[in-house]
Amino acid sequence: MKKDIILGGVGGQGILSIAAVIGYASINMGWYIKQAEVHGMSQRGGDVQSNLRISDQEIYSDLIPQGKADLIIAVEPMESLRYLPLLAPDGWLITNSEPFVNIPNYPDLEKIHAEIRSFPRHVLVEADKMAKEINAAKSANMVILGASSPFIGIEFDKLESAIRAIFGKKGDTVIQNNLNALNLGREFALKNM
Amino acid sequence: MQKVMLLGDEAIAQGAIDAGISGIYAYPGTPSTEITEYVDHSREAKEKNIKAFWAANEKTAVEGAIGMAYAGKRTMACMKHVGLNVAADAFINSAITGTNGGMIVVSADDPSMHSSQNEQDSRFYGKFSLLPILEPTNQQEAYDMVHYGFELSERYHLPVLMRITTRLAHSRSGVVRSASREQNPVKLPEDLRQYVLLPALARKRYKSLLAAQNDLIEEGEKSPFNKYMDGADKKLGIITFGIAFNYLMENYPDRVVPYPVLKVSQYPAPRRMIEKLCKECDEIIVFEEGAPMIEELLRGYLNNSLKIKGRLDGTLPRDGELNPNLVGAALGLTIAETVEMPAIVVGRPPSLCSGCSHIDTYIALNEAMLPYGKGRVFADIGCYTLGALAPYDAINSCVDMGASITMAKGAADAGLRPSVGVIGDSTFTHSGMTGLLDAINDNTPMTVVILDNSITAMTGGQKSAATGKVKEICLGLGIDPEHCHIIKPLRKNHEENVAIFKKEIEYEGISVIIPTRECIVSLDKRMREKHKEKK
Repeated sequence: MKKDIILGGVGGQGILSIAAVIGYASINMGWYIKQAEVHGMSQRGGDVQSNLRISDQEIYSDLIPQGKADLIIAVEPMESLRYLPLLAPDGWLITNSEPFVNIPNYPDLEKIHAEIRSFPRHVLVEADKMAKEINAAKSANMVILGASSPFIGIEFDKLESAIRAIFGKKGDTVIQNNLNALNLGREFALKNM
Repeated sequence: MQKVMLLGDEAIAQGAIDAGISGIYAYPGTPSTEITEYVDHSREAKEKNIKAFWAANEKTAVEGAIGMAYAGKRTMACMKHVGLNVAADAFINSAITGTNGGMIVVSADDPSMHSSQNEQDSRFYGKFSLLPILEPTNQQEAYDMVHYGFELSERYHLPVLMRITTRLAHSRSGVVRSASREQNPVKLPEDLRQYVLLPALARKRYKSLLAAQNDLIEEGEKSPFNKYMDGADKKLGIITFGIAFNYLMENYPDRVVPYPVLKVSQYPAPRRMIEKLCKECDEIIVFEEGAPMIEELLRGYLNNSLKIKGRLDGTLPRDGELNPNLVGAALGLTIAETVEMPAIVVGRPPSLCSGCSHIDTYIALNEAMLPYGKGRVFADIGCYTLGALAPYDAINSCVDMGASITMAKGAADAGLRPSVGVIGDSTFTHSGMTGLLDAINDNTPMTVVILDNSITAMTGGQKSAATGKVKEICLGLGIDPEHCHIIKPLRKNHEENVAIFKKEIEYEGISVIIPTRECIVSLDKRMREKHKEKK
């Protein structure tokens, strides 16, 4: 078993919270993991990505070769497209539909969505809206993780346990919100794959 | 033993805690910052009373480490590659003094310049100063090498340079810790003149450093981190340095490389192993993450009969970091075909945060400078360097820490009017104070703008040595109090601030303006923590 995942977003959007849950679950199963992150200047509102690699065999490179990623998980729609050259021919693209506009020349959102829809294996999820509907606005990233869960190769209950462990200190409400968001995202993906 | 998930930087920090350091000294700089930050936040380090100190600059950091090692303790100094330029005087002379307690200097290089102004290779400093270098391949090696490095340092009474690059510094993996070691007691050097580099004494010390070189080469030959792996096909021999080994292995999914491979992670590089590889193989390919330092040595001036491929013959790009695809292509392997990035995707460069004080400062400064035209503002290294981009287009230089003030002086001396220097508070205490003293002593007609946001912001908010004392420092350096102003960069103060900028820019002498307002990110963080405490 081996999954190579590109996480994409904008500096400050918290893509690493998604990485943390997948990472925790992988380590708990005794798997190997490598997770390359972006720190420094790009964090100031620039495009950021993380190369997350999990495997039951030792992993060497911290970077995923081009055309080899199994999935792209993005918290921002334009950012999901930035990493297409890394995606394998049978890879999946899972992305939030809600844009993060901090540049004057942000493209027409409809065209961005159309570009994503033209990709055969995609899940375009209204994560922010769905999270707000269950009064868990801060858990939009967990909706996206839920929508990615059918493709990660980790049993769903292991992701749930990871959320309980990681958000443990923040109290039951936070844990429950994140679990609800995760489930909502998963249901959406299973219906729309 | 349970694996802990650590960044390469954090693995070094945990290694240092477990290897029994008594102190770590650093100036923040991507990609090295997280080493000292980790020790600073570690409960274990606090319980062990380990000093984690953000120094004014890399030179004072290395000197602090030299002093701690003089007193017999194990210590570490950390910086980014260009920080080692600042610390070079201390670092290179520490090779001559040698050390008493164990000392490791970590320099984190940034090939491809993700967050830096150049991609210089710190290994040259190790070679230059004749010190051993460790270059870990992965997070586990980074952890293990700290223990190993301190032993090496204490065995030879020499500092050790550890060189890492961005990809290892900022990538997480599982690391298994080993037993932790007690700290050294305070113990003076046996020879109380060891550190006195008077010429007569320095000559002796230098000879003993030279005499140690053969033994250090032997250390490289037998290092557990340097490995010769035989392969059946001798048409090609491969040498990898540091993390380049990972990219090689990535290209062979079954982990069997058909050619002989020499993996090097400790320098001086193992000469006998290199000789063996070169004798046995028809062609050699060299993978170095950084400059072609060893490749150049192998080629030599006369480009001897060996057939060598690498960065110097175009097999690999001359600049930038390596990756699995570049290494695969250099080996003639097929690279997966892939789709291109859709044309609709536009660039998203980093930008100043909404509500950032620098925005208000640049808008006011731009208005005051409008009558004189562009090209007169020298700036420095920090978040505020983003003022070079649209929509501000406010600054014209970013060279090295502190150069804003001294370049403004040089340009003013040349006759440029007005001449303005823009520098952050942490950069000012790092390397700006001496330049300001020059300008004050010469009463240079120029204006220095010190952006005081009370934090080292760009690297994620470390304590700034300048906090609360910027104006006092300027007054102490002798600035005329009439021409030294603190202003508050807010939209509502815009007219007032523009007037102060205009007045001082017109003044034919040295003036200082200090826009003072806390970094919006650090303010937000502070308020959230306060809120949490109340709960």
